[in-house]
Amino acid sequence: MTTFATDTATVFSRELRPVLRDPFSVIFSMLQPLLFLALFAPLLPDTGDGSALQWFVPGIVVMSCLFGTSATGANLLFEIQTGSHERMLVSPLSRPALIVGRALKEIVPMFAQAVIIVLVTIPFGFELHVGGALVALVILALFCVGLGSLSYTLALAARNKEWTFWAVQQTLLFPLLLLAGILLPIDNAPEWLRVASHLNPLTYVVDAERALFNGELVSATVGYGLLAAAVVGVLGLWIGTKVMRRASA
Amino acid sequence: MASTMIRTSGLTRHFTVKKRTVEAVRGLDLNVEEGELVALLGPNGAGKSTTLRMLTTLLRPTSGTAEVAGRDVTRDPRGVRSRIGYIGQGNGAGHSQRARDELLSQGRAYGMTVAAARARADELVDSLDLGAVADRVVSSLSGGQRRRLDIAMGLIHAPELLFLDEPSTGLDPQNRANLAEHVRRLRAEHGTTMVLTTHYLEEADQLAERVVVIDHGRVIADDTPARLKAAHAGDRIDLEFDHEHDAERAEARALGIAEGAETKRTGTRLEIRIDGGAQLTPKLLRGFDEAHIPVASVEVARPTLDDVFLNLTGRSLREEITGADSRERAA
Ligand SMILES: Nc1ncnc2c1ncn2[C@@H]1O[C@H](COP(=O)(O)OP(=O)(O)OP(=O)(O)O)[C@@H](O)[C@H]1O
Ligand SMILES: [Mg+2]
Repeated sequence: MTTFATDTATVFSRELRPVLRDPFSVIFSMLQPLLFLALFAPLLPDTGDGSALQWFVPGIVVMSCLFGTSATGANLLFEIQTGSHERMLVSPLSRPALIVGRALKEIVPMFAQAVIIVLVTIPFGFELHVGGALVALVILALFCVGLGSLSYTLALAARNKEWTFWAVQQTLLFPLLLLAGILLPIDNAPEWLRVASHLNPLTYVVDAERALFNGELVSATVGYGLLAAAVVGVLGLWIGTKVMRRASA
Repeated sequence: MASTMIRTSGLTRHFTVKKRTVEAVRGLDLNVEEGELVALLGPNGAGKSTTLRMLTTLLRPTSGTAEVAGRDVTRDPRGVRSRIGYIGQGNGAGHSQRARDELLSQGRAYGMTVAAARARADELVDSLDLGAVADRVVSSLSGGQRRRLDIAMGLIHAPELLFLDEPSTGLDPQNRANLAEHVRRLRAEHGTTMVLTTHYLEEADQLAERVVVIDHGRVIADDTPARLKAAHAGDRIDLEFDHEHDAERAEARALGIAEGAETKRTGTRLEIRIDGGAQLTPKLLRGFDEAHIPVASVEVARPTLDDVFLNLTGRSLREEITGADSRERAA
């Protein structure tokens, strides 16, 4: 007999397998963040101590996770259209496992991409604090799982209208990204923008990532980041599970 | 003792599309006993897939009840799921996955151990002739290969009850025969109960012991192919004469010889519909000979399920299908 845990493991490893079989897909999906890195890094003010890179790189790590994970629902959308999602719905796999297993898989490419970004930037003077970076990735993993789950939820809701999925994803992605101050700091932004930024959970995650990647392990910033990521994680899974149950009723 | 595998009562499903209600399935009462092989036959949009989707817990009935493998589809969907297999109209195997990987994860989904799933996958890869493509990505497989993979996936846990939605669509004649062979073997070796939908008349005819004809969401006939044909369409004897008046005389004579025959005359041609037409033909020909009516040619056609459908609905299933297909192509 299967349990929620074994079912989640089944779905997780099924999702992960194509990634492992074809690891280049991970690099391919992070071309955009790498491009941002290559184009923006030379524009950063040269402070002499490399602090610009210390500020910029954690943002790019978050961005890479954001791009890959927010689009992951497209995989489910495709499987809804071809029929393999239906085949899994007829199996006794637990409904929550169908979404939790998929969402958990997002951690793996996120982690691989973070490692690549860090390795690429070290020769240019990025200073790595291993302990902080590991905690940073745990927080980002929580966020990723929630975001992945929301992306799958969007796929379930959009079903046969592929363009709806992409329209919503694109419309939400860039404001989230900019408001979180990933590419440009918003400290000097007008009041309304800063308010909007404070309402964006991603802002807290990005701030925490920056603190942690710079070796600052215990601080309020880190605490808020952890909280925001946990809220996104739990909320995302909760909504995703609900919609998956309803979609298959 | 055989138990009932499927028991539905007033099973109904409506869809609302743009404020209009589509009654896809209307009050279906269907019992399937253990070990039966049932074909649901009907034109496009008849409600075959919708019926199957309710029985496999994919769709909630609007009203009515269905008990599948001893479990109620709405109250215990998981109980139903773990006891049945399903081969849908689409592709069960994910396009980005490798064929063998999908077989393994399907086995895991049904609670098989890794070792058991692996052994079973090997077995199915062999018997469905998938060896050459088992380690390839599904999207690179041909349509027929993909279909065979879907069938392998549906069989991985050796379910006691198997649903197949148009299993032979996209298969060439050889693979269709291969599938038929598989279905028969499942019956013979494991006593698997099977419900399949098809609009291949020949398939329903040759494969199924019981054909349930569905039209507009309702069962309009339910019996063995032989009895359906006997009840709803007789053999057809086509006779050709040299002269019209010969055909006229032959018609009168035929009605005297074959009681209950239906005749239709067009020019020099005479069509006679009657049960046991093949046995009756020599007698008819002797009768014509005695009356000095020369016969130019004779042909005896056994009835098909299409004749049954035509008789029941006044429409030809064949036309419906080709008509719908060409509509799809045009769209
Ligand atoms: N999800 C849905 N939403 C709206 N209408 C639907 C839906 N699914 C099926 N229908 C409608 O219900 C009717 C029965 O469809 P169904 O798919 O059961 O037919 P079918 O007998 O399987 O046909 P085919 O031979 O083409 O596969 C059709 O009129 C179809 O348009
Ligand atoms: Mg159908």
